[in-house]
Amino acid sequence: MLPRGLSLGGLPVLGALDLAVAAGRTTALLGPSGSGKSTLLRLVAGLLPVPAGGSVTATDGAPLPGRIAYMAQQDLLAPWRDVLGNITLGAHLRGEAPDLARARAMLAEVGLAPADSQKCPAQLSGGMRQRVALARTLMEDRPMVLMDEPFSAVDAPTRHRMQSLSARLLAGRTVLLVTHDPLEALRLADQIFVLTGAPAVPVAVPVPEGAPPRPAGDPALLAAQAALLERLSEAVA
Amino acid sequence: MIRGFLAAFGLVLLWQGFVWLTEVPPFLLPAPSRVALALLDRWDSIFNHALITASEILLGLALGALLGITTALVLVAWQEGRRWLLPLLLISQAIPVFAIAPLLTLWLGFGIASKVAMATLIIFFPVATAFYDGLRRTEPGMLDLAATMGASRFALLWRMRVPAALPSLASGLRVAAAVAPIGAVVGEWVGASAGLGYLMLHANGRSQTDVMFAALFVLMLMALALWFATDWLLRRAIPWQPDSLLTEKVTT
Repeated sequence: MLPRGLSLGGLPVLGALDLAVAAGRTTALLGPSGSGKSTLLRLVAGLLPVPAGGSVTATDGAPLPGRIAYMAQQDLLAPWRDVLGNITLGAHLRGEAPDLARARAMLAEVGLAPADSQKCPAQLSGGMRQRVALARTLMEDRPMVLMDEPFSAVDAPTRHRMQSLSARLLAGRTVLLVTHDPLEALRLADQIFVLTGAPAVPVAVPVPEGAPPRPAGDPALLAAQAALLERLSEAVA
Repeated sequence: MIRGFLAAFGLVLLWQGFVWLTEVPPFLLPAPSRVALALLDRWDSIFNHALITASEILLGLALGALLGITTALVLVAWQEGRRWLLPLLLISQAIPVFAIAPLLTLWLGFGIASKVAMATLIIFFPVATAFYDGLRRTEPGMLDLAATMGASRFALLWRMRVPAALPSLASGLRVAAAVAPIGAVVGEWVGASAGLGYLMLHANGRSQTDVMFAALFVLMLMALALWFATDWLLRRAIPWQPDSLLTEKVTT
């Protein structure tokens, strides 16, 4: 909740807003570049201080920090650690003993071979790196997952596969997905908000029938995509 | 590598030809053959002096690298200290080492200590600045990720910033390996009783230009060996550092 909006460096980025994200569901936040969607995500992640009067709260009342996993557009793999070392990066940073058995299971879940576990990130393709990043996110096992354009850096077929994969693996968690791809939002989300205006405020848009991941060929979904695309280009103009 | 040797060999041939044609007196420019003879003739003495210079260089490199790494870590970890240390760091480099060389000799004597101090001073700066720059330039996304994972301040520095900055540290150490001999030899020029720099000065005073060149040749070999050894070690220690030239070689 941000009753007074948010300004960064004196420029208003977000308007006064009160965004409710449904627990255990996937919420997509759409908007053109620079509309403040990543800023909103960083606020929720605790990476930006919440401005005076604002608050980020969970419905169960418990604090959010420590219950969030974060996945960004870049895979953010540590080049000095192998695949397994990257999946267990969280434990390494917290100084805990890594659960290697679970890390190997995660590796299999995201569709990588056991032989890949010893590879270093530089040996992997973009799609494989993003899979490792997804495995690392799942390894953290947090109730809330924040994703900042997680699949925008990979090619279209890989993106499609990764969307289906993450929808399956992240089911049941509270996911806040920031994206600029209407199709991605419509395929994955139970709830969609478009950031419109300047300073931007989130506006809810209808979501097609069916549980995510929805098939990309569904005519209703395609129609909704066209409508959403129009809406986004208006937001830019 | 072979091409490098061929180029050096060609230069030596040119040099020999030049001396042979122009008949310059040997005290001005000795022919390479004469330098080689001097090297063989005076090998024992040159070798002993070289050992001293080598130990000065290596000690200076170790101390300078250690000091540089520590400084960079302190600068990053201790925000308040940065304001105090950064100006000092700059001042230490604004004073030319050549200018304080006599002072160091005065304070630390004609022995090895003043030369090690000189080499340390020269080495410390490139290591500290390269590592500090690397530590500051950690990918912001990585730091965000680490923050959401609940990393402590110490883990953020030691397990995220430091490994990410190792390639930068390696660049600093390469520069350090290249300039380390300068520090030691300058120290020996200003005042010493042993070392290749001392030998060169001594030979120069007696117009033994061939011995000077022989000492210079050994110094060059030492500097090259040091650089290649450092480079090899750093490549082994940090295999993930990107090297677009190396991959080019593999793919073509």
